[in-house]
Amino acid sequence: MTQNPYLWLILTLPLAGAAINGFLGRRSSKTAVTTVALSFSGLAFALALWIAVGFSSAAAPYGFDLAHWIRSGSFSADFAFYLDQLSLVMLLVVTGVGFLIHIYSVGYMWDDPSYYRFFTYLNLFMFFMLTLILANNYLLMFIGWEGVGLASYLLIGFWFTKDSAASAGKKAFIVNRIGDFGFLIGLFLLIQHFGSLNFTEVFSKIQPLAPETSGAGLLTAIGILLMVGACGKSAQIPLYVWLPDAMEGPTPVSALIHAATMVTAGVYMVSRSHVIFERAPIALTVVAVIGTLTALFAATIGITQTDIKKVLAYSTVSQLGYMFMACGVGAFSAGIFHLMTHAFFKGLLFLAAGSVIHAVGGEQDMRKMGGLRSYIPWTFMTMGIATLAIAGIPPFAGFWSKDEILWKAFSSEHGSWIFWLIGVITAFLTSFYMFRLLFLTFFGDYHGSHVDEHGHGSHDHAHGHGEPHESPMVMLVPLMILAVLSTVGGLVGIGNRFEQFLAPVFGSGIEAVGETASRGTELLLMGVSVTVAILGFVLAYMLYVSKPELPEQIATALGSFYKAVLNKYYVDELYAKLFVKPLVDGSTAILWQGVDRKVIDDSVNSAADGARHVSDEARHMQSGNLRSYAGWIAAGAAVLIAYMIWMGVAR
Amino acid sequence: MVPLSYYLVLSGILFACGVTGFLIKRNIITIFMSIELMLNGVNLSFVAFAAHWHVLAGQVFVFFVMVVAAAEATVGLAIIIAVYRTRETLNVDQVNLLKL
Repeated sequence: MTQNPYLWLILTLPLAGAAINGFLGRRSSKTAVTTVALSFSGLAFALALWIAVGFSSAAAPYGFDLAHWIRSGSFSADFAFYLDQLSLVMLLVVTGVGFLIHIYSVGYMWDDPSYYRFFTYLNLFMFFMLTLILANNYLLMFIGWEGVGLASYLLIGFWFTKDSAASAGKKAFIVNRIGDFGFLIGLFLLIQHFGSLNFTEVFSKIQPLAPETSGAGLLTAIGILLMVGACGKSAQIPLYVWLPDAMEGPTPVSALIHAATMVTAGVYMVSRSHVIFERAPIALTVVAVIGTLTALFAATIGITQTDIKKVLAYSTVSQLGYMFMACGVGAFSAGIFHLMTHAFFKGLLFLAAGSVIHAVGGEQDMRKMGGLRSYIPWTFMTMGIATLAIAGIPPFAGFWSKDEILWKAFSSEHGSWIFWLIGVITAFLTSFYMFRLLFLTFFGDYHGSHVDEHGHGSHDHAHGHGEPHESPMVMLVPLMILAVLSTVGGLVGIGNRFEQFLAPVFGSGIEAVGETASRGTELLLMGVSVTVAILGFVLAYMLYVSKPELPEQIATALGSFYKAVLNKYYVDELYAKLFVKPLVDGSTAILWQGVDRKVIDDSVNSAADGARHVSDEARHMQSGNLRSYAGWIAAGAAVLIAYMIWMGVAR
Repeated sequence: MVPLSYYLVLSGILFACGVTGFLIKRNIITIFMSIELMLNGVNLSFVAFAAHWHVLAGQVFVFFVMVVAAAEATVGLAIIIAVYRTRETLNVDQVNLLKL
């Protein structure tokens, strides 16, 4: 392992930025806060780029031991970092997209009174995310894992005076706890059976083990538990419910944390643990099934949503499902590839949505938009590119990665045509709801009442202005850069170059199967996925541009099914009935009224009461009368002497 | 020779007088004198035992007791004067500020 002393600096820089802004930001000017936040995250990005330039696959993996942390018997976990091809990709995505979103936030958050707090949290998030990525053991990764959860909580609840934002933050935190519970137990199992949490050590001990093909064993258990953790962080069924609510946060946060970086941590963690999963086929199948179902399930909900950010949130859940599908069929590099392109186009979509919301003065309901194309042309263009990318239209980034996943789902030995079919249906739905969003927002007539009348609502930006207006340059430049990346970002995957780059991490064993044999099939499948993407576009065009009255009729015709989808299949209500209400009721009746009040309070109170009663009696002995004291002493002495005499006589 | 028991009985009577005086008298000075009486009752028994067993330790003890009693008398009388100056009484039943 080559030592690289700059690794620790990358993640310390954002922490320093967070510290400076956090302690001094309240009294500094906005310019100073901006300078600190941007320079520290920008420096981190520059350093990451510099490391990437000097990165050589021959010397990889790089490592750096910063300090000892836990040394207990043979177990050790240190503040030590690890950089291989996989973490390099993540590093560049997080610092790069993170830096762009920092720039964008300057424009978006400028009027917010808690400007410095926002950037403090944002830098703090960068620090924890980089810890997660660069850790060389599961425990340090878990620190980052929890840290990004904290940053996410703080940022979702950024406008904490708004009730819905505060409770959305809590929901995200609590749902993530459920996942972390599984993750932790997985880690305990690793410690118990392999005596270490260090990636290199654990994997070298697992490497010689045979795959658990005949039945479920230790590795399967660990794999599934890790997947539970990933389900929480990456918003997969059944723990996805927090992500749509997380849209209460400021839009740059949705872009950075709830689309581009944090939610992909689960994918990263599963890929990092590929050695475990490759030896646990059942766990792999679980990952694939969860991913596939989530992709389809979330996509169907996305069709009916009218809040622009909610559509994108469900789209994120769905795309994350794709990534897990890829991991589940053993195509980890395809999953990471999609993670990267998704960071570009989904980050862009959210930022563009933020720009739209900014333009119409805080409105998020797409039915009240429309026709914005001419008002905000730059936002329209960049968002259009992102939509083409996510829909999988070649040659945009999403096409390459999505096609890679679908092909792997079909051809890999862990794959199956069912995964592929559901993937293609999802691709169709994705294309449809994304173009629906685009058409509702930018085409037709402007439905919004002019902003003055309702613009000072609850949301992000409330200016008093009449016409929708284009965002400032500081917001548009990140949009344009991301648009370029969304266009060309997929080209790195041509000729499997991305896969070959990651091959030292994942090995090429699983993925090489059937690669050359069925070139024709691959092209055919590619044709199918492009066709469905175009079909989605055509359908959306028909429904929302040429015949705008049709969707309502269809909705009425579908009746209760449409209503179920519109209400997100009542999953939130189901969880509330199934888990939340029993918990709340149980806590109220048993823990609060029963244990706390009856047992704890009563025992403390009766102990105090008892002490008072006893001392009330005893205090009369303290008469203050000197002669009575003397009497007591004399009586006591007499009793003592009598006792001694009696004892002496008895002996 | 006077038997030991005589001395002890006298010692007991002296001590009992001291205790009784201590308990029934209200004047601090009388109480103080009762304490001296008790001490001397004990002294008598010490001396009696010392003579009986031919051990000098008992007599040494008596000297100790006398020294302590002298010191105690100085401090005690000083306290009594102080009490009289603040309370203007020597009745112990009225010196009861510590009462609840």
